[in-house]
Amino acid sequence: MRPTDYTIAEGLRALDKREISSVELTQAYVEAIETHNPRLNAYITVTAQQALEEARASDARRAEGKSGALEGIPLGIKDLFCTAGTRTTAASRILGEFVPPYESSVSGNLRRDGAVFLGKLNLDEFAMGSANTTSAFGPVENPWSRANDPAKRLVPGGSSGGSAAAVAARLAMGATATDTGGSIRQPAAFCGVTGIKPTYGRCSRWGVVAFASSLDQAGPIARNVEDCAILLRSMSGFDPKDSTSADLPVPDFAAACGRSVKGLRIGVPAEYTMPGLAPEIDALWQQGLAWLKDAGAEIVPISLPHTKYALPTYYVVAPAEASSNLARYDGVRFGTRTAERDSDLRDLYERTRAAGFGAEVRRRIMIGTYVLSAGYYDAYYLKAQKVRALIARDFAEAWDKVDAIVTPATPSSAFPMDERQDDPVTMYLNDVFTVTANLAGLPGLAVPAGLDAQGLPLGLQVIGKAFDEETVFAVGAALERAANFTATPQVRA
Amino acid sequence: MSYTIEGASGPWEVVVGLEVHAQVLSKSKLFSGAATAFGAAPNSQVSFVDAGFPGMLPVINGECVAQAVRTGLGLNAKINLWSRFDRKNYFYADLPQGYQISQYKDPIVGEGVIEIELTDGSTKEIGITRLHLEQDAGKSLHDQHPSKSFIDLNRSGVALMEIVSEPDMRSPEEAGAYLSKLRQILRYLGTCDGNMDEGSMRADVNVSVRKAGEDFRTRCEIKNVNSVRFVMQAVEAEARRQVELWESGGTVDQETRLFDTGRGTTRSMRSKEDAHDYRYFPDPDLPPLVLEQSWVDELKAGLPELPDARRARYVAMGLSPYDAHVLTIERETAAFFEIVAKGRDAKVAANWVTGDYFAALNRLKRDVSDSPVSAENLGALLDLIADGTLSGKLAKEVFDAMLEADEPPAAIVEKRGLRQVTDTGAIEAVVDGVLAANADKIAQYKAGKTGLFGFFVGQTMKAMGGKGNPAIVNDLLKQKLDG
Amino acid sequence: MSLDAATVRRVANLARLRLDETEVEKLRSELNGILGWIEQLQAVDTEGVEPMAGGSPVPVALPWRQDAVTDGGQADAILRNAPDREGEYFGVPKVVE
Repeated sequence: MRPTDYTIAEGLRALDKREISSVELTQAYVEAIETHNPRLNAYITVTAQQALEEARASDARRAEGKSGALEGIPLGIKDLFCTAGTRTTAASRILGEFVPPYESSVSGNLRRDGAVFLGKLNLDEFAMGSANTTSAFGPVENPWSRANDPAKRLVPGGSSGGSAAAVAARLAMGATATDTGGSIRQPAAFCGVTGIKPTYGRCSRWGVVAFASSLDQAGPIARNVEDCAILLRSMSGFDPKDSTSADLPVPDFAAACGRSVKGLRIGVPAEYTMPGLAPEIDALWQQGLAWLKDAGAEIVPISLPHTKYALPTYYVVAPAEASSNLARYDGVRFGTRTAERDSDLRDLYERTRAAGFGAEVRRRIMIGTYVLSAGYYDAYYLKAQKVRALIARDFAEAWDKVDAIVTPATPSSAFPMDERQDDPVTMYLNDVFTVTANLAGLPGLAVPAGLDAQGLPLGLQVIGKAFDEETVFAVGAALERAANFTATPQVRA
Repeated sequence: MSYTIEGASGPWEVVVGLEVHAQVLSKSKLFSGAATAFGAAPNSQVSFVDAGFPGMLPVINGECVAQAVRTGLGLNAKINLWSRFDRKNYFYADLPQGYQISQYKDPIVGEGVIEIELTDGSTKEIGITRLHLEQDAGKSLHDQHPSKSFIDLNRSGVALMEIVSEPDMRSPEEAGAYLSKLRQILRYLGTCDGNMDEGSMRADVNVSVRKAGEDFRTRCEIKNVNSVRFVMQAVEAEARRQVELWESGGTVDQETRLFDTGRGTTRSMRSKEDAHDYRYFPDPDLPPLVLEQSWVDELKAGLPELPDARRARYVAMGLSPYDAHVLTIERETAAFFEIVAKGRDAKVAANWVTGDYFAALNRLKRDVSDSPVSAENLGALLDLIADGTLSGKLAKEVFDAMLEADEPPAAIVEKRGLRQVTDTGAIEAVVDGVLAANADKIAQYKAGKTGLFGFFVGQTMKAMGGKGNPAIVNDLLKQKLDG
Repeated sequence: MSLDAATVRRVANLARLRLDETEVEKLRSELNGILGWIEQLQAVDTEGVEPMAGGSPVPVALPWRQDAVTDGGQADAILRNAPDREGEYFGVPKVVE
């Protein structure tokens, strides 16, 4: 068993039994990063020295009998979480060399529980993207490659491409990520790892660089369902600094992984069978449902009639909120400032933001500004929020009949980095299965379920009721057991 | 006789509405825990939330909500149990987030009304359209550097109540009276200190003109006027400007202007072309604000007595309307008066407070909040007059002594031996002595020079160091001279 | 809903994004594509539907905090990342009102 082979659950047991130390674990990951990160570019900032110091401190705590729930576990942190004393970029030029003087609540929770931070993981700029190709620090490469075309570099998915790639390639034991339209689930599926976006309000958004406030949620990416459950438990919890934080106790998610699915009603939404759905994806979906049926669950056809409007709804609401959230990046109080000698204030704003934001971010800010502008608010933003309410209602009505919903996670497997996506709308279609959960505020988990003809991972998605991550974990774990997905990527430590 | 401005073509009416921004009295800001105190070192009262740092989120201060509700109740307005916060998006150096958290469609307080008093004694009702909570912006200093403006975010995020009036005012006087009354109500309620010179209360003045019977014409907004006097001047200056424009065949463009206090005129602000497209939308970081009716009722029960009610109560106590008005302008003055008047003759108390006491404050350049003499001591002085210990004249002497050192009057009386003498025997002895020494005057008096009575009184008082009870002195002299 | 170049420039203005002419044209075309795709929302019958408020799947009300000074007093941390720090202030190009 090499150090980087342990899952988090196994690692915690091994650390407990003194079979390995946090320093040894952390050192192994630091070396793995040194070896593979130059190619994969999963990390923007590596904090190796600091990580080893933290590992030493963790081992000392353990020796004194003071172990936290994640004591000594080396993790990667998506560079959207503000980390005190460590540069935070949101993968954008506009934040410059910004070093936050505060720690996000979620990463703070992980520190509280004894985790070790290896560095800040790459992402699409300001979390806007589905392929991790918009980062100002270069794209992330998927550690998986096609069997028949191994040289072709593939995308890891986005926006949490760095998190998913790092976990898949064993450059971290687990990672934090965020999901606004699918940014945890889609890259997890593309990289053959597991990820969950919890219910809106389960994790605090304080200290997470905001993209779309009513959709953003933090969540873990890890190698398996149980590891995700362990991480989510630490990450979650009421935070009085976030007015949208749910004041609810955090259940023992890992315990739920062992629950039987016997008697659970699994919903299959008719509308997710989209025209042009790849046969492989459909086959895997059917296979997943069969596994659950074998395990004693009941498969129930349901209808979520407004499904096809979810993507356009998302692409009104998310850019609108983003256009407002990104107004603070203006070169006045932090980040880069771009100005000429005779620039006036307006000039300073315009130049700084044009130079600091990438094309996709600028595009979304423009859409968002437009749909909120005078004369268009009712037709676009207000309309979209009403359609959103209908989408949420579809789910609310479905819960009368079912306990969880299973769908494909993505419409395809990981695609090539050089596949020209001139039309923004084509890129947006990557989120077709995932945005509904964000719009409705519901928990969604992606679990690897098989490989496509090219040997690339495919994932299935489990959506659950509000604050019922336990059922989601139970169903996900059942799928995981049945799938027995043991394949690993070509590039890994 | 209503106010009009004479133009070449006849009289023009003036229509005025005020939007007042009042800083809420609270220890910390509306959505952050930074302090609100005035005059702190730059950027020393700033939370990362106020400075719009990445990932920062607002959390509402319950006391600011309460203060807004108290104000709404004091304005006889509808309290909306459900309201929402919206983002008002625009770019400015003193607005770190690039948006202001405000309330647009669903404010916390709806329609209300207040009564204003005009100098001719008449009253008028002025409607309140709404009151909402919003964040204040930071401060820009433009005079510290030749090519830079300096930004201080201490004020960024302080809670403001924006109070919008109906366009019900028709003269500079009415605008001034409204602003004064509003300020008085807020100070009585303790929800805003009304210190316009410190910027804790500012008025945006909307002015338009029209011929009698017309609908409203275009209005202009004069921003950030910071005194009642300037509001009145600005209304007049702007109304005249608009009349001249209309009279000369031009049109008034809707624009934002500033009042130049030096010149007494308004001027156009540098145009902010897109300033009006604020792209309001509900703030997704803040769920709706929900109030319980029972909580609002509790607040209502706990409100202090407001100026109008207090004035009416004083008049019912026997005070003149003028005295009632003067004593209730400031809540602190009324509070002082009530301690003085407690268990005593209200009119006597009112006379002393509005007379000698106010004169003393003026002379010493003090005010009620740093009063040289306590209300309790002033009240005790009135007791000493009422029970005959002091004559009116001696009381004033004691009062002056109290102004120097705020001692209980009884102590001063003892120390200086000023107790009025009421012992008839003692007075009679002095009277006899005076009469004995002035036989010639007695003869003159008995011969018809009745005016000399005052001489005898004066001599007696002088011999007694002013301490003789005047009534007894008078009686005894009458008996001995006339009897 | 077709965007013209003037509208693109106006929106860029509102968003404080400087665009050169080629960018205006490129954005116009891209935004038109996106907006055309979004148009399908108009087909949804939303009569009598309350818009969703925020992202919570369950009804929530705004939580309140106590009125206490718990923050601030950290001018250096506030100013530390400033691109142009002028002593205790943030410096910006002078604004004329």
